[in-house]
Amino acid sequence: MSINEPHDPAVEIVDMAAVARAPLEPAIPATDRKSIKRELRRELFRTPSFIVGAVISLFWVACAVAPGIFTKWGESDFVRNSDGASIPRASPRADAWFGTDTIGQDVFARVIYGADNVLITSPIAALIAVLAGAVLGLVMGYFRGWADEILSRVLEAVLSLPVVLLAIMAVVTFGSTRLVLILTIATLFTPVVARTVRSAVLAEAQLDYVTSAKLRGEPALFIMLREIFPNISNILVVEFTVRVGYAIFTVATLSFLGFSVGSASDADWGRDISDTYSLIQAGQWWPAIFPALAIASLVIAINLIADSVDKVYSS
Amino acid sequence: MTATTVTDTQLDRGDPTTAALSVDGLCLAYTVRGTPRAVLRGVTFQVRPGEAFGLVGESGCGKSTTAYAAMRYLPSNGKITAGRVLAGGLNVTDMSTKELQQFRASHAAMVYQDPVQAMNPTLRIGRQVAECFQILGFDKSESEDRALASLERVKIADPKSVMDRYPYQLSGGMLQRVVIAMGLAGDPQLLVLDEPTTGLDATVEAEVLDLVRDLREETQAAVLLIAHNLGVIRTMCDRVGVMYAGKMVEEASSEELFEEPRHPYTIGLMNAIPRLGLRKTDRALSTIPGNMPSIGTDLPTCVYVSRCPIATELCKTDVPPIVPLGEGRWTRCHHSDEVSSIEDPDALVPPYQVGKDRVVELNGVSKTFRQRGHDIPALVSVDLGFAEGETLGLVGESGSGKSTLAKTMLGVHGPDDGSEITLDGVPMKGLATERRDGAIRAIQMVFQNPDSALNRAWTVRRILTRTVTSLTPLKGAEADKQVEEIAEAMRLSPHHLDMRPRQLSGGLKQRVAIARAFAGDPRVVVCDEPTSALDVSVQAAILNLLANVQHDERTSYLFITHDIGVVRYLADRIAVMYVGRIMEKGFTEDIFNGPVHPYTEALLSAVPNVDGMASTRIPLQGDIPSPADPPPGCVFHTRCQYAIPGTCDVELPPDVEVGAQHIIRCHLPLEELPTPVTVSISEKS
Repeated sequence: MSINEPHDPAVEIVDMAAVARAPLEPAIPATDRKSIKRELRRELFRTPSFIVGAVISLFWVACAVAPGIFTKWGESDFVRNSDGASIPRASPRADAWFGTDTIGQDVFARVIYGADNVLITSPIAALIAVLAGAVLGLVMGYFRGWADEILSRVLEAVLSLPVVLLAIMAVVTFGSTRLVLILTIATLFTPVVARTVRSAVLAEAQLDYVTSAKLRGEPALFIMLREIFPNISNILVVEFTVRVGYAIFTVATLSFLGFSVGSASDADWGRDISDTYSLIQAGQWWPAIFPALAIASLVIAINLIADSVDKVYSS
Repeated sequence: MTATTVTDTQLDRGDPTTAALSVDGLCLAYTVRGTPRAVLRGVTFQVRPGEAFGLVGESGCGKSTTAYAAMRYLPSNGKITAGRVLAGGLNVTDMSTKELQQFRASHAAMVYQDPVQAMNPTLRIGRQVAECFQILGFDKSESEDRALASLERVKIADPKSVMDRYPYQLSGGMLQRVVIAMGLAGDPQLLVLDEPTTGLDATVEAEVLDLVRDLREETQAAVLLIAHNLGVIRTMCDRVGVMYAGKMVEEASSEELFEEPRHPYTIGLMNAIPRLGLRKTDRALSTIPGNMPSIGTDLPTCVYVSRCPIATELCKTDVPPIVPLGEGRWTRCHHSDEVSSIEDPDALVPPYQVGKDRVVELNGVSKTFRQRGHDIPALVSVDLGFAEGETLGLVGESGSGKSTLAKTMLGVHGPDDGSEITLDGVPMKGLATERRDGAIRAIQMVFQNPDSALNRAWTVRRILTRTVTSLTPLKGAEADKQVEEIAEAMRLSPHHLDMRPRQLSGGLKQRVAIARAFAGDPRVVVCDEPTSALDVSVQAAILNLLANVQHDERTSYLFITHDIGVVRYLADRIAVMYVGRIMEKGFTEDIFNGPVHPYTEALLSAVPNVDGMASTRIPLQGDIPSPADPPPGCVFHTRCQYAIPGTCDVELPPDVEVGAQHIIRCHLPLEELPTPVTVSISEKS
């Protein structure tokens, strides 16, 4: 198997006789690329963990896009009794499945409406981190030498600082806007991506096709972007999915700590937990636990997807 | 049909319960991307106690899978679907995990291809070997004593100090000895060797094979040997089974199989090897057209029918029977008595004269690497020239500087000051990036491993087009036309152009790599072991192609290889390298007829020969010296059996011209220079 390309044991064993001479015959039947892709997709849709992850994620995406179809209440509506009085701190019941919070808003509606915040911020932040990390990783892995040394030290320095602490500092300094949040998380995640990409590029740059390109006088930019980049794109897809999961976590943590986007009355999982978690001791667990479960379910779902994609790519 | 025929179950192979290994109708499938795909389709054979049995066949035929199945080392997606494996009467297929452990500890052992991966890099050798004995129930100090004894048994130099060393401090050959010592810890009755010498140098390979042969006599263990190198099989095995697409198609004694094969596939394999001193001027190598069916393909009748030169309608409709041909010898073919009608291929190319003028010339080229303040002279004043249309074979052990020479020529790294590389008599810049376009185009390269050399994200068309547009002034439609012409010249069909490397077989990939090297119309092409990663049948096609293209384009080749048969077949001249120096150069015939340099003699004799001459090996003791610290005087004197004390270890040897353009760097007088022992067609027939 070519260096760094994920492979499965069957391919390895079939090829065992050839490995040191060089990995050669594709043990995969020489079917065309489209059918391999089709088989990969079919394999993905057959993986239970992927289906579970996808269903949960799609549900939350739907909540973020059109919360109205899941609940009759708005995010700031109050659940009222037949006599029109609001009913704060009501435990889960027929007209408020997740109960109501301290001021009588429907927790279920808050959870549904709270999805959009994380689901806008996290993927954008992860995307920027992956793109920036890819650029840095390519430069470090391809040129090595001084550029690599210096950038590696800088990235290590960033990595050694606690993510949440840095994020708080950034938000405090630049203000609590979505743009600041996105850029902060992207900056904090870039080093991890850059390191992953760097090691993949290091392995790629050892391969003879890179030597061959150098021997015909290709410029470095061409070799990095057109020759090497397509071969590390699988890694970037997996890395993106994983980073989205972490970003969700970070966004929720920050809003729990009071650094969230939008007005204080907007539904937001982290903020809702932070407003109500002290009630758990008084037995009123529902306003805090349900948003917490929402966060957990989304993070787990994204991780299930990341794992399955990684597994299928490596088969 | 004249011969009597039988089925697999009727063939008398002996009592399976007394065999060292009895594989019985073994079927195995790997699940790849959700679908189980058949790899073994009913493999049946026996290895008798004390016997060495070899499995041969192209990659993907299932020979390694068979070996792994014999030990039940299978990946999680591999499943035995039918049949059974008996080893010394024990049913391996039905063993529980615990029984398997016991079986592998004390009954059978396996030696893998890469000894580096078989060892734990963080533990000392002594501890790892001792562990094998501790598992067998010996206490700690007893285990250590036995570990030391076992290292002595595999004739490792200085076993005491080896015990204290880490794997990275040992050479590949020494590590493989350690792995063999570990395998022998439980006094196994069965030793499974999977490509035990692949990746080792020919000289080291010869030593390891000698060791296995000695140990086999000593322990009387049965051996199952998998090797793609047919020379290794011939010199090591008593009997050989030929596998094709998960089925065994022929079984015979080693000598019968190599001298008188009776299955069309075996014949195809044998004729594909450059053997018996065959030269490109004699005839083309025969090839096996087409590809082996991929795993999981439905093969209802003869597995070989699609590539067989003598296949008839019968072969497409009926399963071929087994035709017994005597004691332990049979073939699975409908037409086993007609195989002699398979003809040798025609002459390759009309003989041609190589040009007189040197296209590229290296004058006093040296290359010194600097590493942590030390100078490492990797090349020392190398003089070589390439005439138009000439193939120069470059041989030598690994570490002798062959690749450095190639890379210096290509301009991957610049040579030392005072070196001169000329193109048509005009000096070129050292680095490719500083060379003019014409000079870059003039020297191109075919790499050893096409998987690494071709960008797997690109289509073949893109790979070739990019090379054409960056090396030549051609653009647009002209470049497209050039790409199609090159592809055609390399016998690539147009639909291959839109595929990506992983969709192509190893041979096709190497054709693409060769096409790329030729895309800019080069004057010299450096071929760095271009066929060592390929099966013999594919190698034959590539060698034919290289010879044909050379004839048409008048290109010169620097052909780096360690396969003496290949270099003899293809090269017009041969240069022998040792520790960065050219020890000998001359025309191929002159080298094989002798006299030769003592190093050349050892190198030629080290190769396990498909033609069955292994008795006269000249041992090459120890490792190649480091170029950082070359021996004084003649660099070869430390390993030379003819070394003259007081001369060879003091004075630099002179370059002596012993014949036309045949130069030997040696102190020995002409009449004392050795003559290599080789077999040629005339002697054999």
